Amino acid sequence: MESLRRIFALAVKELLAILKDRKSRFVLIGPPIIQLIVFGYAATFDLNDIAFAVYNEDRGVASRDLIARVAGSPHFHRVADLEHDGQIAPLLDNREVLLVLRLGPRFSADLQRGRSASAQLLIDGRNSNTALLALGYLRTIVSDFNSDWATRNGRPGPPAALQVRHWFNAGLASRWFVVPGIVGLLTLVITTVVTALSVAREREAGTFDQLQVTPLRPVEILIGKSVPGILIGLVEGSFILLMTVVWFEVPLRGSLGALYLGMFLFLLSAVGIGLMISSLAVTQQQGILGAFLFLVPSVILSGFATPIANMPPVVQWLTLINPLRYFLVVLRGVFLEGDSYALLFNQYWPMLVIGMLTLAMAGWLFRHRRH
Amino acid sequence: MNAASRRRLRGMIRKESLQILRDPSSIAIAFVMPLVLLLLFGYGVSLDAKRIPLAFVVEQPDANSASLTGAFQRSDYFVPRGFGSIQAAQRALDAHEVSGIVWLRNDFSRHLLARGDARIGVIVNGVDANQARITEGYIQGVWQAWLLGYAHSQGHELPAMVMLEPRIWFNAAVRSRDFLVPGLIAVIMTLIGAMLTSMVVAREWERGTMEALMVTPIRIGEIIAGKMLPYFVLGMGGMLLSVAMALWLFDVPLRGSFWALSAASALFMLVALGMGLLISTVARSQFVAGQLAIVVTFLPAFILSGFIFQIGSMPAFVQLITHLIPARYFVAILQTVFLAGDIWPILLSNSVALLVMMVIFLGLARRKAHKRLD
Amino acid sequence: MAGAPALVFEGVSKTFEAGGARVPAVDCLDISVPAGKVSGLIGPDGAGKTTLMRLAAGLLLPDEGVIRVLGVDVLAKPLVVQSSIGYMPQRFGLYEDLTVQENLDFYADLQGVPPTQRDPRYRELMHMTGLAPFTRRLAGRLSGGMKQKLGLACTLVRPPRLLLLDEATVGVDPVSRRELWAIVYRQVRDHGMTVLLSTAYLDEASRCEEIILLHQGRRLGQGSPGSFSEPLRGRTFRVAAPSLGKRRLQTRLSHVPGILDAIIEGERVRLVTAEAGPVDLEARLPDVPDLTMEAAEPVFEDAFIATLKRSEESSPAPLAGASPGPESPGTTGQPMIEVRNLQRRFGDFFAVRGVTFRVGRGEVFGLLGANGAGKTTTFRMLCGLLPVSDGTVRVAGLDLRRAASRARGRLGYMAQRFSLYENLTVVENLRFFASAYGLNRARRTQRIGWALEAFELGGYADSPSGELPLGYKQRLAMAAALMHEPDILFLDEPTSGVDPLARREFWQRINALAESGVTVLVTTHFMDEANYCDRLVIMADGEVLTEGSPAQMKARFRSAERPDPTMEDAFIGLIEQHDQQQEAAS
Repeated sequence: MESLRRIFALAVKELLAILKDRKSRFVLIGPPIIQLIVFGYAATFDLNDIAFAVYNEDRGVASRDLIARVAGSPHFHRVADLEHDGQIAPLLDNREVLLVLRLGPRFSADLQRGRSASAQLLIDGRNSNTALLALGYLRTIVSDFNSDWATRNGRPGPPAALQVRHWFNAGLASRWFVVPGIVGLLTLVITTVVTALSVAREREAGTFDQLQVTPLRPVEILIGKSVPGILIGLVEGSFILLMTVVWFEVPLRGSLGALYLGMFLFLLSAVGIGLMISSLAVTQQQGILGAFLFLVPSVILSGFATPIANMPPVVQWLTLINPLRYFLVVLRGVFLEGDSYALLFNQYWPMLVIGMLTLAMAGWLFRHRRH
Repeated sequence: MNAASRRRLRGMIRKESLQILRDPSSIAIAFVMPLVLLLLFGYGVSLDAKRIPLAFVVEQPDANSASLTGAFQRSDYFVPRGFGSIQAAQRALDAHEVSGIVWLRNDFSRHLLARGDARIGVIVNGVDANQARITEGYIQGVWQAWLLGYAHSQGHELPAMVMLEPRIWFNAAVRSRDFLVPGLIAVIMTLIGAMLTSMVVAREWERGTMEALMVTPIRIGEIIAGKMLPYFVLGMGGMLLSVAMALWLFDVPLRGSFWALSAASALFMLVALGMGLLISTVARSQFVAGQLAIVVTFLPAFILSGFIFQIGSMPAFVQLITHLIPARYFVAILQTVFLAGDIWPILLSNSVALLVMMVIFLGLARRKAHKRLD
Repeated sequence: MAGAPALVFEGVSKTFEAGGARVPAVDCLDISVPAGKVSGLIGPDGAGKTTLMRLAAGLLLPDEGVIRVLGVDVLAKPLVVQSSIGYMPQRFGLYEDLTVQENLDFYADLQGVPPTQRDPRYRELMHMTGLAPFTRRLAGRLSGGMKQKLGLACTLVRPPRLLLLDEATVGVDPVSRRELWAIVYRQVRDHGMTVLLSTAYLDEASRCEEIILLHQGRRLGQGSPGSFSEPLRGRTFRVAAPSLGKRRLQTRLSHVPGILDAIIEGERVRLVTAEAGPVDLEARLPDVPDLTMEAAEPVFEDAFIATLKRSEESSPAPLAGASPGPESPGTTGQPMIEVRNLQRRFGDFFAVRGVTFRVGRGEVFGLLGANGAGKTTTFRMLCGLLPVSDGTVRVAGLDLRRAASRARGRLGYMAQRFSLYENLTVVENLRFFASAYGLNRARRTQRIGWALEAFELGGYADSPSGELPLGYKQRLAMAAALMHEPDILFLDEPTSGVDPLARREFWQRINALAESGVTVLVTTHFMDEANYCDRLVIMADGEVLTEGSPAQMKARFRSAERPDPTMEDAFIGLIEQHDQQQEAAS
């Protein structure tokens, strides 16, 4: 009973100390909103208005039809018509256009005669991802053009065609992928920073000594310091969740309970890591550096922006100790795939294990690292 | 510049250099950080999908379906796995065991031979839209190649259609690392330059040495120059290390001249150091300065520099903001110098932008810093 | 040069923004510092000493007024002024990751000392400061006293015409302080330098030739130390009453009207009266049979307190309601703190070795020593903040290793920097500490009420503790340590940085606590405060040099030329003896 009272007092004090400080209040409110908006709008792989140029040596209807289809797509924006070969290189070199579509003089004639016509596509590959995506868009346009041309001219189409469907994200909106990830990213950043500084701040102010001479046991200090981190993470996470659904209109298809179970386990592990950093750090400076050193790799190796499957095997193993990796699967699973508890079991238990281990480590460090 | 001023500047530079040599943290920031970050990003961040697990549902196996499956099997991009029924394949998709499904119904061969309108069902997990597009693109590529081969084996030509002949310039192998690594160098150097100077000036405030420094006859311009020069050398060392790693560890080609690369890097380093100096004149504690350096340099450089996300595709107001990010100009220069060559219009226009930013940052730092405590 | 003042302030004001309000730090100040002398700037905490120094150095711009340094207007030509003065800030301005030599070189470069003049000047400075053997050592590895001397050497590398020292002696042990004064006077003699130094140690005032007394940004007086204390002649006394004990005597005396100040000095109580002439104490304290009283020589501190008390007119409230002890005070009975053969190793290095002492109930026990003597390490082991390498520590009869949580419940702790949660209010701080010690709601409410009243914190109940004046922070820290009515109170340099008035008040409260049976263990570097202790130990190199009452220690250093040695004399004597023994041994 007395132990509970002490823990409660510590937790209340921690919360007050964080919420009353103007600087830390700002850290809790400012960056999350800014990052949510910037990430939400800027962090997208979808391409819009790609500048392209056309070098059309053909005068036929077919070429004009094809070019009109490309220019009419929201992904592309036609900025130049070229007259000769020599104009191509400078445009691409200077990044004035991302791609040049070149149709030879016999383009329409070949098609009319029932032969295949080639459309040459020159793409700036400096950003290979953009190049591949642009190529993908153009393939779709050309493929549609082909089947329309075949029907209109009463010719047979290709003997087999692909019928592609995209599950969970039919419009292939990058935002649906990125924004739920931000929920995980921001809750991780906030809880880590809040807890990573909590002991270091007291060490600097000298109050940690004061705390250690009270009857509070190390376990009680550990619990008292974890609770505010988890609470703040839950509140902040819920707010971003709400923004995701209301502002960015990402569909929430699965069970909210499964999402919150994941969030709780995730926060447990984040708080454990934060407190571990905190009990290692002597100054706030070291605390923030430690948090940074943990956050950067854990964001990169989480599958937030780039898939884990693309990484070399060694790096993939490394991601297994990263709690964000599991929470991102939970988030995207619940949001887009409509997952529930059973499918997410394999994400829950690793987070629980990481949380328990790091909290135990932090508790041990409280006692064994005093200076 | 008279003799006394030269002597003060020399003293300042010597003091800073000695401090760098003594304090492992600034050396760590300049050399260990780029090493670790480049390794981490270079290996950890890749957009090239390889060996994508793909479910195959063939309801009636025969020669045609076997040749299509074979085409996927031979491709580097896919690892096809057979499933007995579409339901089983869909369960595997739900459980993230496969990224997509190729579904040949039992009438596939009949339609293919008799009516020439066979349909191949493709389901792709669209959660990661970018990967889904790339996967779909690969599937289309394999399918088109198979179609050509099929028509050829049947002894007739394909019906009239447009064949796309893509040629990807500057990066024919379409390796994402080739554009990510130069971009990363820009991001990392922003962070390093800003962290180096922001923390060292704040350190003088915190330890109370700034007060003692200010009461000597030293001028504010001499303090700034004396702080910038040693860290400039240090930062360029980190830059050199990063370039070496890019060239020999990640095998990124350097198609432009080393000279252009060095000049642009030096210019950018001055901008980054100036930014750090400005931060440090605003924030007088190492803690706040460090946080500010991370917040105002790292994240914007990461997201808004065009290093990974295409600036042209962002909403207009975000595009406007990107013009304020120095890394944006440096990313453009680096990607061009590494992959395309010395393309002067790009080098010059971006260098001018960096030059303007340098003048602004250093000018502001010079104005903001004065030899007074209030 | 003589005649014209070295530093002149004319109608100078400077205000700072603090918590939305503009607080004047220096208020329409006129001063003039005579050339070629050592002048002391003295005043309580927040009097504006540092602001004045910084204004003179051109580091701050005054809101109004004129400042002339060596005849030059600081506002108009700060660089000219800065190239002819030397300024040592509170933290010495040293680069701790540079060696002694590199620090000197750097400041010589900045001050434009020509290379040819450097070597003789370096030799002179190194010889004077005794740093010659350490030129290649990193400044960060020097002791506090050596850092201070290096800081001074760096400001003297080109002899300035005006030397400004801002609280240069804070936190430095008495031996080092004495050496610093010797260097300063040598500069004045050899180079005709003018020196202005601010200090919080009132006993240093007598070492200055001229004193400027500052209070709330205004000048209260200026003159030689004698000119301050002379008007008090006939108003200072020493009183003793063995039957009553020094503490009760002091408490009783401080409530006698007409007595401005009563402090414990050795076994007696020193009085300052409001009016000249003897006070009829026997009439005031008729129940004390063995009261004796004799006149005492007035010192600057008496004048300081008398002047400030007049201008503030505050009297400390008695600490009513402090925890009543079950037994009568005294050194008999079960010891409350028992330390036997205590050791602490850091690697091969013994920070504390073979320390043994016991403290009885109701005793005030002091732990003294120079920087690095091991007193802080000992202190931290006693309150369980640092594991013990070897030996036993029993606090309140409990072994700290076994019953840690229970033992901690019986002790109160007040750290050097008044460790409070700065953004929590006074009441929130009190509530937290009360709960951390497991007080239930009713007891908590009662104790918070007690703390607000006894420590006169009621007016600040809802202010964030970080915005309190330093004296009030100290009160709050003490209140927080007393919420659970501990049997033992640990105080780590409880008065550092606090002005003399607040220090007096603080010790009166401690006295009252000890009277009621609370055991107090205190570390301090103010030697005059050692007088308040019943017994004390002096430590050096991790070992106890001596143990005893203040009177016993002082008696050992009584001599013909020093018939009435101070605690500082005794301390320095002990350390010198110890050093000689060390040298003889090696």
